[in-house]
Amino acid sequence: MTTDLFDRRLLIVTGKGGVGKTTVAAAIAWQAASSGKRVLVCELDAKGDLLGALTGADAVRSRPLAFEPREVHPRLHAMVMDPEASLQEYLKLNLRIPFVGRIGALSKAFDFLANAAPGVREIVTIGKLAYEVRERHYDLVVADAPSTGHIVGLLRAPEAINELVGVGLIRSQTRWIIDILHDAATTGVVVTTTSEELPVNECIELLGRLRGDLAVAPEALVVNRLLPQSIVASDSVAIARLAERVDPSSQPAKAKVLAGALLLDALSSARAPHLDRLLAGWNGPLALVPTVTHRPTGLAVTRAVAQHLAEELSTSSAPSDSRSPR
Amino acid sequence: MSVDLADVLVDVDVVLCCGAGGVGKTTTAAALGLAAVRAGRGRVLVLTIDPARRLADALGLESFGNVETAVVVPGAPAGSELWVAMLDTSASWDDLVRTHAPDPITMERILSNQLYRNITQRFVQSHDYIAMERLHAVHQSGRYDLIVIDTPPSRNALDFLDAPSRMTDFFSSSLLKWITLPYRLGGERVGRLGYLASKPFYQVADRILGSQFLADIAEFFLLFQTMYDGFVHRATDVERLLHRRSTRFVVVSSLEPAPLQEAEFFLAELGRRSLSIGALVLNRVLPELLFDPDARRLAARLVDPAGGEDPNIPATERRTMKRAAMAFLDLAALGDAERTARSTLANPPTCVIEVPLVPLDLQDLGGLVALADLLWPARTTVKRSARSRKTPP
Repeated sequence: MTTDLFDRRLLIVTGKGGVGKTTVAAAIAWQAASSGKRVLVCELDAKGDLLGALTGADAVRSRPLAFEPREVHPRLHAMVMDPEASLQEYLKLNLRIPFVGRIGALSKAFDFLANAAPGVREIVTIGKLAYEVRERHYDLVVADAPSTGHIVGLLRAPEAINELVGVGLIRSQTRWIIDILHDAATTGVVVTTTSEELPVNECIELLGRLRGDLAVAPEALVVNRLLPQSIVASDSVAIARLAERVDPSSQPAKAKVLAGALLLDALSSARAPHLDRLLAGWNGPLALVPTVTHRPTGLAVTRAVAQHLAEELSTSSAPSDSRSPR
Repeated sequence: MSVDLADVLVDVDVVLCCGAGGVGKTTTAAALGLAAVRAGRGRVLVLTIDPARRLADALGLESFGNVETAVVVPGAPAGSELWVAMLDTSASWDDLVRTHAPDPITMERILSNQLYRNITQRFVQSHDYIAMERLHAVHQSGRYDLIVIDTPPSRNALDFLDAPSRMTDFFSSSLLKWITLPYRLGGERVGRLGYLASKPFYQVADRILGSQFLADIAEFFLLFQTMYDGFVHRATDVERLLHRRSTRFVVVSSLEPAPLQEAEFFLAELGRRSLSIGALVLNRVLPELLFDPDARRLAARLVDPAGGEDPNIPATERRTMKRAAMAFLDLAALGDAERTARSTLANPPTCVIEVPLVPLDLQDLGGLVALADLLWPARTTVKRSARSRKTPP
């Protein structure tokens, strides 16, 4: 298949907490919008980081994202998931229940349902994403998904509902969602990690489940926040030997420069085996993204990450600057 | 550092560690427990949520689970012991039902209900809830002088605080009364549902979910309601426990912008709820030497092609120093980013602990001891246990 990451219709970005999922999701959305696609990016856990990654911290406070998508850059639409609003939209569209809009108790009913029936919260979340894909309102839908622990529940929600609910309308509605999720040409999961031990462990476990019982294609692997690769093995030996000969009391600055270099080397070597372990089991598209330290954070970081992703994950030609969002 | 953990945790018997994912919260909780044992704080329990294989290794255990397990701490003062447990949501729920079900028949019916299995295993908030139940149980037992809890990685990291009251609200909700109404009326289920099917509420519910599923839900909640009073009682207890002065929250963060923002939100939220903040632990902070002006000047000169070379230094050493300078400056740039992030912290608590980034080897207890010493520096005098230091209220 000649298509690449940006030709999918639904990309779900996940990984262990704290590895930079939101930045990667924002970067993919930014890159796709830059190349002329109409994009919807959706924050699933409502932490408010997505808008920060797409603009800057100030915008987050003044006007947070809502369930109703908003065009934050040309062609780039952003929304935040609200399972209750999603259910309401679903009921309006599918059941044509006249009084749904007027039921004051809907929120209570939803709370109840979401707590009582496992998978309800998840099904209206994944259902909304699949719905936007099916209706072709956008060329690409990007989900800034919850961490690895919750993503399994999300991707398995349609099947879980099928197992639990014998009949009823929800059941009859799960089939098309499953079809969209399991079609590798349509849907892909972008697994994000750092090269640290625990994120790598979770990542390997998730890749196994995606290929196994979840049957949703892992589309690309993004290794985020790599340490600067300024030392090679032969240097580190020489630096360590030199450091032994330098007396910190007579040459403090020199000793500190050497100590700093050795610290970076120690940090890199501690991570190397985990990265090796991860890459040994992966031969799909891969992006290695170094730590980006732009100030202020926000869009500047997102754009830098977007550039890495475009270079490493896209087989199509680079986007022209004239079409790029501001 | 003027105020350290030993000062902050005097007379404290419950510590809750919270923070964003990926900041080393579980390891910090374990190191904190170990430090308390080494400081002679009596019997200490670390209750963790994250099943990290590495942590079991570091503690010298094959594995550990729902049952509290003792860890051998060489050189621990007499009377001080470290215990660990990993919260198993499913097993803890089963224990809860076994302990609190009104009779054996109800107990069996709950345990075999298929909705019960699903809810307790998959429903994320059930994790939060059971963590609070477990805290309540171990605290009530009086077995420990200090309980350190690694809080669940919630969607919203302080959700666990509301879990007990949410659970009781839930069981008393009027909607639940609606759903269970046909069953509480007694009589033949399907017939009753047929009668009620004329009501709009059941019509909608039936169209969406199907009546069998509704019946399953109703049975489950009717059974569970038999334990309602106990839920309310313990929720009130937990609320009181969390608000005591002897319960402290330790917020853990790294110096990356997103976790730090979250930490700041936690601190504000804890303050708003009048909960006692123990400390802010800034984890894996890059060391001071990267900010040394002389070292920075030297490194900048070494990598500058026009910087000039010292002819007294052999060529191989010059090359090595240039490589080292490049690495130093790369790491110093990360250090600058950390400092900028740190400067955004508006209202830090009185006790802020910076744990410098050292490549730790957590293969055995030694690595964790090193971390414990950074977190809670050993003092020459051994602190007496919290219990014997209790001051009158």
